[in-house]
Amino acid sequence: MSEKVIQKNKMVDFLNELLKAYKVFAPVKRDHIVSFDAIQSSGEMLLNYLNSRIPPKEIFFPRSEKMFEYIRDDLIEVKEVLPSEERKVLFGIRPCDAKAILLLDKVFDSPDYQDPYYLRKRKETIFVGMGCDRPQSTCFCTSLGGAPFSEEGLDLLFTNIGDRFVVKGITEEGETLLEKYEQVFERAKKSDLDDKLNVEKEAVNRIKSKIALEKIEKRLDKMFEDSFWDRIYQKCLGCAVCTYLCPTCHCFDITDETMDTSGERFRAWDSCQFALFTLQASGHNPRMSGKERVRQRIMHKFNYFVKNYGEIACVGCGRCIKNCPVNFDIRQILLELVS
Amino acid sequence: MNPYLPHLAEIRKIIRETDANDVKTFEVVFLDEAVRKGFRYKPGQFAQVSVFGVEEAPISITSSPTQKGYLEFSIKRMGTVTTALHNATEGMIIGVRGPYGNSFPIEDMEGKNIIFIGGGIGLAPLRSLINFMLHEENRDKFEDIMIIYGARSPGDLVFKWELKKWEKREDVNYFVTVDKGDGKWRGRVGFVPAVLMEVAPSPKNAVAITCGPPIMIKFVIQNLQELGFTPEQIVTTLEMRMKCGIGKCGRCNIGSKYVCRDGPVFTYKELQVMPKEY
Repeated sequence: MSEKVIQKNKMVDFLNELLKAYKVFAPVKRDHIVSFDAIQSSGEMLLNYLNSRIPPKEIFFPRSEKMFEYIRDDLIEVKEVLPSEERKVLFGIRPCDAKAILLLDKVFDSPDYQDPYYLRKRKETIFVGMGCDRPQSTCFCTSLGGAPFSEEGLDLLFTNIGDRFVVKGITEEGETLLEKYEQVFERAKKSDLDDKLNVEKEAVNRIKSKIALEKIEKRLDKMFEDSFWDRIYQKCLGCAVCTYLCPTCHCFDITDETMDTSGERFRAWDSCQFALFTLQASGHNPRMSGKERVRQRIMHKFNYFVKNYGEIACVGCGRCIKNCPVNFDIRQILLELVS
Repeated sequence: MNPYLPHLAEIRKIIRETDANDVKTFEVVFLDEAVRKGFRYKPGQFAQVSVFGVEEAPISITSSPTQKGYLEFSIKRMGTVTTALHNATEGMIIGVRGPYGNSFPIEDMEGKNIIFIGGGIGLAPLRSLINFMLHEENRDKFEDIMIIYGARSPGDLVFKWELKKWEKREDVNYFVTVDKGDGKWRGRVGFVPAVLMEVAPSPKNAVAITCGPPIMIKFVIQNLQELGFTPEQIVTTLEMRMKCGIGKCGRCNIGSKYVCRDGPVFTYKELQVMPKEY
């Protein structure tokens, strides 16, 4: 696939062209928090960011979304509310987050039941990745088969080489974009490609956390009853920020909100870290304490998900480590488990 | 097809089951004829029942697929949805989607002696299979059928109107028991697991299917094993808090198994290798 170069001062032109044809989601800073949102002009996009605080999963799986409305008067009438299918570009997603979307696809697009709310937003989306040239101290994507410049799940990949980006077309959709907007791109010189390799190499070297996770699933098979969990859950407050900000966590609640004669059913992010998550109407709760709930989070990602979908449900983005109020570090848990 | 959209259905009939009035059976008919014909389920499956303005709850289908044109749900008043249903009157419109989950392994049960062991409202999912097997189209496919059913008191027995029919049948070995009798009760008194030992069904060419309170299930399984039943010959059905019903929302799992999708019916052999988290 082809590689081109774009001067940084041409980025505005490129984005403006994209905005004419697509709905563009890009990293933006709002209320001091970096997240992905639809932009109206190229100026809104943030180019200088490490990663978004809130993962881009919310574009396809929002924090809260309406599923249907109903009228409950003399007659009951249900009106399906589906998101519109529109051509979208997700600009600036990091490779770890792109991989996470592929994991969410496994859940929401499983052979038995397809989730229309997720899929209608997910389809027709072009993923323009921004290679991760400055991995943070909490990053460990390379332990999970990822890399700062991994192409998995992307259509185009941008690599920052100073005053310009090297742009690589990865899929046919990506190549089409390069051709369609060829006026903003230049031919990549050998020196550009060398620069790109150097940036990639340097980024990989910045990732100091390395955990050999090949055997983690098998290891956890024998760990359910282990006293390990009694120890590690102690400092967890159960605030659930780790799951809310996790790009692969996908648990949700479904609930109704009603007015007098009308109502709506919506779903919202939920978390296995909350006691109410599994509390039954009888009062029985299979995951009574923090111990069971912390165990569930680790087991789901590194054992159950692997059994169901063949892959670990973690991409090593480090958000759960960076945002935890009590420094619960999943890497330490994993290191202990595999050692 | 949007799997989250409920189909509208009318509560056609409400039957009060227990003296305490904490269990009612709802006869429900889909408003749309195509849905009525297309809703094909097997004994052991469940549906998500919506009360508009309240929420949704997973409820096992207690009618048998041999009862055409309507569904029955027997519901104990427990949480918000079940309380709303208990407050409902005949004619109310609710939402139903499904059917969900696996089902009782009917094909594996053909040609075998069947032992049903139920406690309290736990009879509801078993009843679907009992009536399926007792139906004239299916009865020949199964050998001896035994039903052991118990409740805390005579007033807590559910489906009393139907228990009599089972009792009268020549081709059913029927035992009913209560933990504690009242002045009028002339039947058996004793816990279900104890009655199971008294009756002592043979494990030879047999399958036992049990559902009831967790403590009952625990002792029933112990006693069945004492009688010589292997873990493969013991079948039960579980409940968990659920929302989506289709293996996505992430709360009903026991290990890697989703009760909504891989269950709710499991053999004891399957349960043995699953984490004890239910």
